[in-house]
Amino acid sequence: MSLKVRVIPCLDVKDGRVVKGVQFVDLVDAGDPVESARAYDAAGADELCFLDITASHENRGTILDVVRRTAENCFMPVTVGGGVRAVADIRALMLAGADKVSINTAAVKDRAIVGRAAEKFGAQAIVVAIDAKKVSEPGENDRWEIFTHGGRNHTGLDAIEYAREVADLGAGEILLTSMDRDGTKAGFDLALTRTIAEAVTIPVVASGGVGTLDHLVEGIKVGKASAVLAASIFHFGTFTIGEAKNHMARAGLPVRLDGIAG
Amino acid sequence: MKVALIDYGAGNLHSCGKALERALAANGMAGTVEVGAKPEVIGAADAIVLPGDGAFKDCRDELAAVSGLEQALHEAVRVKARPFLGICVGMQLLADIGEERGETAGLGWIPGRVVALDPAERHLKVPHMGWNTLESRGSHPVLKDVPFGEQALHAYFLHSFHLLPRHAGDLLAIADYGGPVSAIVGRENIVGTQFHPEKSQQLGLRLLQNFLAWRP
Repeated sequence: MSLKVRVIPCLDVKDGRVVKGVQFVDLVDAGDPVESARAYDAAGADELCFLDITASHENRGTILDVVRRTAENCFMPVTVGGGVRAVADIRALMLAGADKVSINTAAVKDRAIVGRAAEKFGAQAIVVAIDAKKVSEPGENDRWEIFTHGGRNHTGLDAIEYAREVADLGAGEILLTSMDRDGTKAGFDLALTRTIAEAVTIPVVASGGVGTLDHLVEGIKVGKASAVLAASIFHFGTFTIGEAKNHMARAGLPVRLDGIAG
Repeated sequence: MKVALIDYGAGNLHSCGKALERALAANGMAGTVEVGAKPEVIGAADAIVLPGDGAFKDCRDELAAVSGLEQALHEAVRVKARPFLGICVGMQLLADIGEERGETAGLGWIPGRVVALDPAERHLKVPHMGWNTLESRGSHPVLKDVPFGEQALHAYFLHSFHLLPRHAGDLLAIADYGGPVSAIVGRENIVGTQFHPEKSQQLGLRLLQNFLAWRP
């Protein structure tokens, strides 16, 4: 097979600036999103993910403007998420230049939005973002549940059942974040990633916890993800996209090395 | 030259427009990209691009809902034989029939059906999402210097369905994803790409440059 595994830098955008936190709090400024996007495009990123984590809905115009300027300035696909409440929000983001739109809380509240969105925009454009946290006690079988609102709200929904449900409704991809690992640099929750990836027939993007290049390799090899997403290691210059991809290639993974020096 | 980029509410117009402008500049061609659906814009265009992101039926309905659009496209593409490029669902709409969410009639410009991807290997996920290499299946002016092959550059795909042309000669390039996936089709003055040239960096730019220089 010659489809390549994807490396996706993620920009958490708050009030028009890139920020990064640890376990969804303690945010640090990490730059201008359009400049970051342009740099990642030039560096060989396979896609870009924008998550608008602005707390209020009044700032929607900011993210639309950021998406528009990014789509104009880079030639790689862009997924945008955060604050998507209705099909009209998806349309606005698509018209601004998003290739895929990610739905999180809105899908938890009303699963039907996934079906409506897929019917309108096609499954390939609809990503469901799942923030999952381990709820099983040591010694019990692994069990993860869905959290919303940046991890503050516990829904009681089982992550595997929910993933299957949104895939059946027409989601084209799952962006799976481990709340336990986000920002910790301890690596993906591989058991969670693999369990979800094997439960659905749509691609799963592993997210939350990348600290080393081996973590990226494990996410694909052990976690069975189709793509790996990371923020801090790229934003703060720990590793370049090229270093990540060369490392993955040396580990035997099929990656796209167009324009990347070996 | 004038390039008409069709706006029917279903396409990545910003990205397509920017990529076409970049291709014009790379060709050293003076030209403009006009985004719209007005018959006079389409009638005056030297080349026409139909983008498309979405479900087949929804895009087909949107196209039909724009007053005078189909007639203008028919005259420019079928009667005056202006070069035409369909992208993603804009390519799929060229078929006779689309099978996404029920059967829907397409434009019928490239005989064939749009069918669900069904990769032979069970572990392969659908949608076919990401970067894949291309394999040439024919020769065509828009394929000139496009980097084909496993070791060559990649194109960006994002789809669950693809166009199976009835005539083998209409299939110009494929990708491999648990079997052949239609990547580029062409017939007379009409070409279509399943992947997104506007998102496919150097490979996409090369193809767009070829399309803009093409005089069928």
